[in-house]
Amino acid sequence: MESEAWKWIKEIWRRVPKVAVIILLVLIVTGIGADFLALHDPEIGDPRQRLLPPAWEAGGKWTYPLGTDTMGRDVLSRLIYGSRVSLLVAFAAVIIAGCLGTFLGLMAGFFGGWVDQVIMRFTDSWLSIPTVMFGVLMAVILGPGVWNIVIILGGTFWSRYARVVRGETLSLKTRDFVQLAKIAGCGKARIIWKHILPNVFNSVITLSSLQIGIVIVVEASLTFLGVGVPPPKPAWGLMLSEGRGGLLAGYWWLIIFPGVAIALLVTSFNVIGDWLRRYLDPFYRNID
Amino acid sequence: MKRYIIRRFIFGVIVVWIVSVMIFLATRIGPDPALMIASPGADEAELNSIRERFGLNEPLPVQYFIFIKKVLQADFGESIYYGLPVAEILWQRLPASLMLVGTAKFISLSFGILAGVLAARRRTGFTNNLLRWFSFLGLSMPNFWIAMLLILIFSVQLKLLPTGGYGTFWHLLMPAFSLGWYFSAGYTRLTESSLLQVLNSEYIKLCRVKGLTELSVVGKHALKNALIPVVTLAGMNIVLMISGAVAVEMVFAWPGLGLLMYHGAIYRDFNVVQAVILFISAMMVFMNLVVDILYAYLDPRIRYD
Repeated sequence: MESEAWKWIKEIWRRVPKVAVIILLVLIVTGIGADFLALHDPEIGDPRQRLLPPAWEAGGKWTYPLGTDTMGRDVLSRLIYGSRVSLLVAFAAVIIAGCLGTFLGLMAGFFGGWVDQVIMRFTDSWLSIPTVMFGVLMAVILGPGVWNIVIILGGTFWSRYARVVRGETLSLKTRDFVQLAKIAGCGKARIIWKHILPNVFNSVITLSSLQIGIVIVVEASLTFLGVGVPPPKPAWGLMLSEGRGGLLAGYWWLIIFPGVAIALLVTSFNVIGDWLRRYLDPFYRNID
Repeated sequence: MKRYIIRRFIFGVIVVWIVSVMIFLATRIGPDPALMIASPGADEAELNSIRERFGLNEPLPVQYFIFIKKVLQADFGESIYYGLPVAEILWQRLPASLMLVGTAKFISLSFGILAGVLAARRRTGFTNNLLRWFSFLGLSMPNFWIAMLLILIFSVQLKLLPTGGYGTFWHLLMPAFSLGWYFSAGYTRLTESSLLQVLNSEYIKLCRVKGLTELSVVGKHALKNALIPVVTLAGMNIVLMISGAVAVEMVFAWPGLGLLMYHGAIYRDFNVVQAVILFISAMMVFMNLVVDILYAYLDPRIRYD
């Protein structure tokens, strides 16, 4: 006998883009289980094993499958730990941005009037600020650190949510079930929480899955520019910025692998987001 | 129409004003700016003279008022690092940014339109999928990584192109490509959907009935209309491209606004940073305003929202 839950999982599995989901699951599992999966310490290298090429190249060792960097640290181990940092930052930032944006969007759409005016003008200004540049500025001011990056990204990316949620709240507000709830004597807080929020949830999820790829790339950019995740933490953007020194000397494995990791993660999020957009809400196809 | 334009214009001014307040506060909430400007270990007298020179000893609202008054006269103060007026540096750097963005735009548009037209004409097929995946990939790769891959291939391995710098056409190729790839996906998708819509319309059927060749129908009659939204998006993306170029400009040492802003932030030259971000935001608002007004002019229904 198959249980209900198993049937449900199978049903979902039949529809999802499989390759993307598998890649994402693998990266999440490596991120969570990094302590067991990584062969070497990601932050302390072995000075005798500096700049080894990948194992299949001449001079490579199988104990360091993807080679080592200038400080003798194992590239594969750093990649594995790096997925933890990337996923952590991306999820935390998107959650912060999503909550903030959804809250402001609900307020603007529901109350209208001057509340709407004030919130939407703020949203417009945030949308017109160049994201990476503002991120660099804030990172320099707040100083390096994983949580500072999360706060900066969360504080930058909320504006899209606010705009989408406001639009939907405006149209939901005029619908019969909201009007009836009002007549039945529901308070404003209850209408927003019980009747409107559940209906904007799909859009928020879809938007999140589309935003998360951009957040990962922006985080990698800030870290690459030296103002994001501080060394010696194993972050993909940091590995790329360290590998840049060996670019002209031809240490290609320091450049290729971290970039491939970012591209894989972002592609799988983009594919899943694209699928979610079509699957969850055929009516709101114009979320961009 | 006049009321609509005035309303949008006031909104735009308010948005730029909020940005200016935010950028101003951002540079002041952190550690004392005087500490960042002064050499390490400077004594109190030295710090005070710096505060005096840059007007940092006034209360915040007064500082902001002086700042915004100068900005309205196109005076962004003096750069601490370069020792020149910021406005002057901005004008010096703008051509490099525009050249990079223009070339990147050309690359991404020509690829996007080509892939989009092919996708709309034949929905399946190997070449088609290849093109679609190629543009989709651009969305997932950080542009600075593409930049380094290109250096690895074309400079280190093939020894064809210079690794960085500014001057000739050959210096422009790799930065423009790494910046433009990301944007081609959007153009591909938009060209495809918009062309499909146009191909279904009556006047295209008339063209077909008249017996025009397929090339003439698609290339001459359909594309003209289908490209309107694509060109609009391309116009709105220009600002996004300038600001997204920071890391690419850093990799190639390309002297545009991105690199200027980055060095400004690293060397705590906040007058430069404020100016660049404010300038780009204002450009963005202006672009949106122009597009809004153009659309309202073309489609009167929009004016009454």
